[in-house]
Amino acid sequence: MNYHSVVCVKQVPDTNRITGNPMKDDGTVNRAALEAIANPDDMHALEAALEIRDHHGGSVSVITMGPPRAAEVLREALYRGADDGYLISDERAAGSDTLATSYVLACAVKKLSPDMVFCGRRTIDGDNAQVGPQLAEKTELTLITYVDSLVAVEDRTVTARRDLDTGWELVAAELPVLMTVAHTANTPRPPSVKRMMKLKKARSRPEIVEKLMRDADWPDKTSLKTAVDRRAAELEKHGLLIQSWTLDDIGAKPGRCGLRGSPTKIHRVQSIVFTAAEQKRFRNDEAGVSELIGLLIKDHTIR
Amino acid sequence: MIERYRQGDVWVFAEEDNGRLFDAPIELMGKGRELADELGVSLGAVLLGGRGTEELVNRLGAYGADKVYLVEDAKLRHYQTAPYRKVMADLCNRFKPQIVLFGATSKGRDLAPSVASALGCGLAADCTDLRIGDYQPKRSSKVYNKVLFQIRPMLGGNVIATVVNYKSWPQMATVREGVMVMPAPNAHNKPELIRYDAGLEGLVPPLRIVESRGQKKTPDLQGARVVVAGGAGVGTRENFKLIWELANCIGGAVGCSRAAVDLGFIDKDYLIGQTGTPIRPALYIACGISGADQHRAGMEESARVVAINIDPQAPIFSFADYGIVGDLTEVIPRMIKAIRAGARVESLGKRLK
Repeated sequence: MNYHSVVCVKQVPDTNRITGNPMKDDGTVNRAALEAIANPDDMHALEAALEIRDHHGGSVSVITMGPPRAAEVLREALYRGADDGYLISDERAAGSDTLATSYVLACAVKKLSPDMVFCGRRTIDGDNAQVGPQLAEKTELTLITYVDSLVAVEDRTVTARRDLDTGWELVAAELPVLMTVAHTANTPRPPSVKRMMKLKKARSRPEIVEKLMRDADWPDKTSLKTAVDRRAAELEKHGLLIQSWTLDDIGAKPGRCGLRGSPTKIHRVQSIVFTAAEQKRFRNDEAGVSELIGLLIKDHTIR
Repeated sequence: MIERYRQGDVWVFAEEDNGRLFDAPIELMGKGRELADELGVSLGAVLLGGRGTEELVNRLGAYGADKVYLVEDAKLRHYQTAPYRKVMADLCNRFKPQIVLFGATSKGRDLAPSVASALGCGLAADCTDLRIGDYQPKRSSKVYNKVLFQIRPMLGGNVIATVVNYKSWPQMATVREGVMVMPAPNAHNKPELIRYDAGLEGLVPPLRIVESRGQKKTPDLQGARVVVAGGAGVGTRENFKLIWELANCIGGAVGCSRAAVDLGFIDKDYLIGQTGTPIRPALYIACGISGADQHRAGMEESARVVAINIDPQAPIFSFADYGIVGDLTEVIPRMIKAIRAGARVESLGKRLK
């Protein structure tokens, strides 16, 4: 019995190494100013899918949504052993919150109709941990969150251990399922040097467009398109074309994507700075203690 | 999404397990009460479970619920996403709450996004504060009055974002545990009980729970925004309860110094310092801790340090921002009283326009 898995991955800013202003004026993440990495939990999700494929056969597809450069995380996944990758790149999807993101991913997942979908438990940039559950709801897959051990897949039934704040539980469900994977679940395999050599030139169409536009001035859209088509055909011949989709390709309604399709808005962003307080002593009576607590409430130390 | 219904309740998802109410919803009841009062609407607690959940109704009332929505069904006995999602979404469609709050527990962070997806509404995760404010979208002349400001850390805690969801109601948030002030119960407050039929006849729960195991929760000292710690100066194991009370009322975690462990006041899991857990909370309250170097090394990055010690010469005062010289059995009860009073004043005042 072999299984087809889809792994959702995200390119994220490395939040441990932030320099400069991490946010743009419109409240979205300033990706240009931040080093981009593959979201750590997603690599554990990928490893879980690869282990199933290695054991049972089948295939692992990786999908991501983002600007052209987000294809970097697809290559990362391909180096580690994924069979194919899909980049969903469309300006109309920019600024999506978790609800809009899960809608776009749901349209893509439905197109691939996998047996299992894997997501990282959370991303390090938004730390919402919402896209997995929302994707499950939209695709009508059975949701299993916080998987810290994938115990077995047998006869189209998956058994997994969930790590909860109150302990753990072992659950079983019939396929198809969506699992969000915790970093404790496994140790991701490193990229294979052989696959890296073979696939480092793999590119997606949006990346080709970006490169050609950077390299030359194009008199009109048609000549650019002809050049892009030619380059894409060349790559495809060598098995180096990473599939890419626009919202139209996956049948996503633009009104449900991007800023328009996102009910949550960032009202404002503050960086966290605690100003040094002057050393102060308070009397041990009601007035003294109230003054102290009042100060802590006033500066929002106590909320 | 549901229509914007200004008379809609503020709801708290009353997470329970086998008839035991979790701390997260109790903390949320305090904040929910404030929000409901400011909006002039009722505070509702939503209680889903198997049979025998009814006795929790009065407890929820004591913590401030005006109404308790009770849904009992065998399929709700052990939590799993699908039946809970359906019932919560049905309740929202039926009663049109304007705000729905969940604890950011593993259950809350599984359920809330699933319900938000089913309703097509917004959701902010793991909020550390909630306020009511007016919101004007960019490039718009329309002002949305009294919407929920959902305040949460983002980008690995490098920034604090205020998130709003002014159109696609209900306004939903999961709220971090241990950051809201726990309300004092009032047994005289009797809530209105609203029973609702689960309507789960057609639903086969897709998960089979093969085995489940509770585990002792290790204290999350590093994640805590506020830490209240006790040392040798606490005096007795009995007195150490005061440390727990202060931490509970302020929504903080409990920690201790090496001396408190050696004297048997508390388990070594709670040890702060070089040999224990290094911490950097927003507020550190050291009670009866002298401030030896190895302790200082584990907590000196705290944003604010408050020291309570009977010895005015204790080294802790040299690096504390605020200090009180006195007997902590007097000081701590006064602090608890002041915090409770302060929390009430906050709910009336408008900190943010």
